[in-house]
Amino acid sequence: MNLLEVNNLKVWDVNTGKEIIVNSSFHLKQNSCLAIVGESGSGKSVTCRAIMKLNKSYLRQSGEILFKGKNIHDLSEKEMRKKRGKNLCMILQNGMSAFDPSCVIGIHLRETLAEHFNWSKKEMSGRMKSAMESVMLKNPLEIMNKYPHQLSGGMLQRIMIALAIVLEPDIIIADEPTTALDAISQYEVIEQFKKLRERLGCSMIFISHDLAVVKNIADEVLVMKDGEIVERGKTAEVFSEPQHDYTKYLVSTRQVLSNHFNRIMEGEAVVVNS
Amino acid sequence: MLLTVDGVEKSYKKGGMFSTKSQLVLKSISFECKDGECLGIIGESGSGKSTLGRLILGIEKPDQGKVLFDGKSVEDRNIRAGSISAVFQDYKSSINPFFTVEDAIMEPLTNSFKDDKENQFRVDTLLNQVGLTPAFKNKYPHELSGGEVQRVCIARAISIEPSCIVLDEAISSLDVSVQMQILTLLKKLKGIYNMSYIFITHDLQAAAYLCDRVIIFKEGQIEETVSIEQLKDVQSDYAKKLLQSLITF
Repeated sequence: MNLLEVNNLKVWDVNTGKEIIVNSSFHLKQNSCLAIVGESGSGKSVTCRAIMKLNKSYLRQSGEILFKGKNIHDLSEKEMRKKRGKNLCMILQNGMSAFDPSCVIGIHLRETLAEHFNWSKKEMSGRMKSAMESVMLKNPLEIMNKYPHQLSGGMLQRIMIALAIVLEPDIIIADEPTTALDAISQYEVIEQFKKLRERLGCSMIFISHDLAVVKNIADEVLVMKDGEIVERGKTAEVFSEPQHDYTKYLVSTRQVLSNHFNRIMEGEAVVVNS
Repeated sequence: MLLTVDGVEKSYKKGGMFSTKSQLVLKSISFECKDGECLGIIGESGSGKSTLGRLILGIEKPDQGKVLFDGKSVEDRNIRAGSISAVFQDYKSSINPFFTVEDAIMEPLTNSFKDDKENQFRVDTLLNQVGLTPAFKNKYPHELSGGEVQRVCIARAISIEPSCIVLDEAISSLDVSVQMQILTLLKKLKGIYNMSYIFITHDLQAAAYLCDRVIIFKEGQIEETVSIEQLKDVQSDYAKKLLQSLITF
């Protein structure tokens, strides 16, 4: 059974008539992780926001988006609000702009939880505390009393993951969650994502332009270029035997960097190419 | 020795307007960069690597210690002019939005070379060198993609033929495939101009591709300095952790 099915999704700009996503169809199975890769401007984020119905008002969309067999285009804004967070949870790239800068983290978290559950204040804090501990955040109570600007990008990213753990969504949509992070936090956040999948058994849509991260986490991959899906398949197959020229190009550029690095680490003589 | 950083310390004021607390960002940093060397500075966010970049550029003054360029202090504008230039991470704010590509590259050129006709010709050559065409001259920065703007920034940086360029996270906000193009371009330009690069980044793999030597930086201190060939034999715990947590393709 497919948890999410997207058929003939088309997104266009009302003002200019330009098509941003031409005709895209894909589906997400239960307990699987689908990655969308492509360069900036290829329509990865617009696809995700179309699923959440969060695109700007000048972007119109047509086609079918079936979540558990129900078309989300038929839902009213009020029903959609109930779905966001509880059923479809989105983890954003920039932690700094994802949280409300005018209040401490704890208030924002409680507001979100109050929208979906009838929990007491104490219960919310307790659940958030254990979730935050599980993503390796020390002193959760202290963190909940801090403003977003007092925390680092990696910490905010992990708070968003902790919130997802408490909400227990059916689908997690992660839009470039590791791009703004440095190497060590990136590694830790990816580990948390893997654990999150094991624990909740939820499906995930993972957007990234870094093929190394995608290879590490995803089962299936879609390659997008200029609003079109040019290639799809199992992650290992797509990366080992890319069919489309564009995928070949993406894979080969990434390989140059890795090969050079691996050569150094294996201690062979470094080829000086000028 | 082209660039010498000797015992540099820097702290910033912390807290409110009347606070006397201060935070030490850099603690007694000393290193050297030779002529034509590419030196990588690697560290996580908040480790003070960008502050160090600004001190090298002479935009800010160190509290203690000296930054010497060819034996002279970089605090003097005349020492810097025509010798050090920079490329920054945020390509959107790097070029004046009211300037065309031509204006942006001409600005440093008119300071260094007086002949206007020749400068026009130089702009064309520079654009060709960074993989763009002279047709880009009349475009504005918002009309270009991230990779293209970063190429213009590089063209602007090399226009005065400096002996040293500071690249502060110059490729970090670009797509991986575009990052590769820029790295190849930087390698090519190094061959032409024989410049030194100070390559500040958090991406060890990119640094390993370009640099001869890397400084691993943590909490305002140098953890370890290692040449690229010996990268696999790092000693400090932090450097080992950094290598382990790399996600390779």
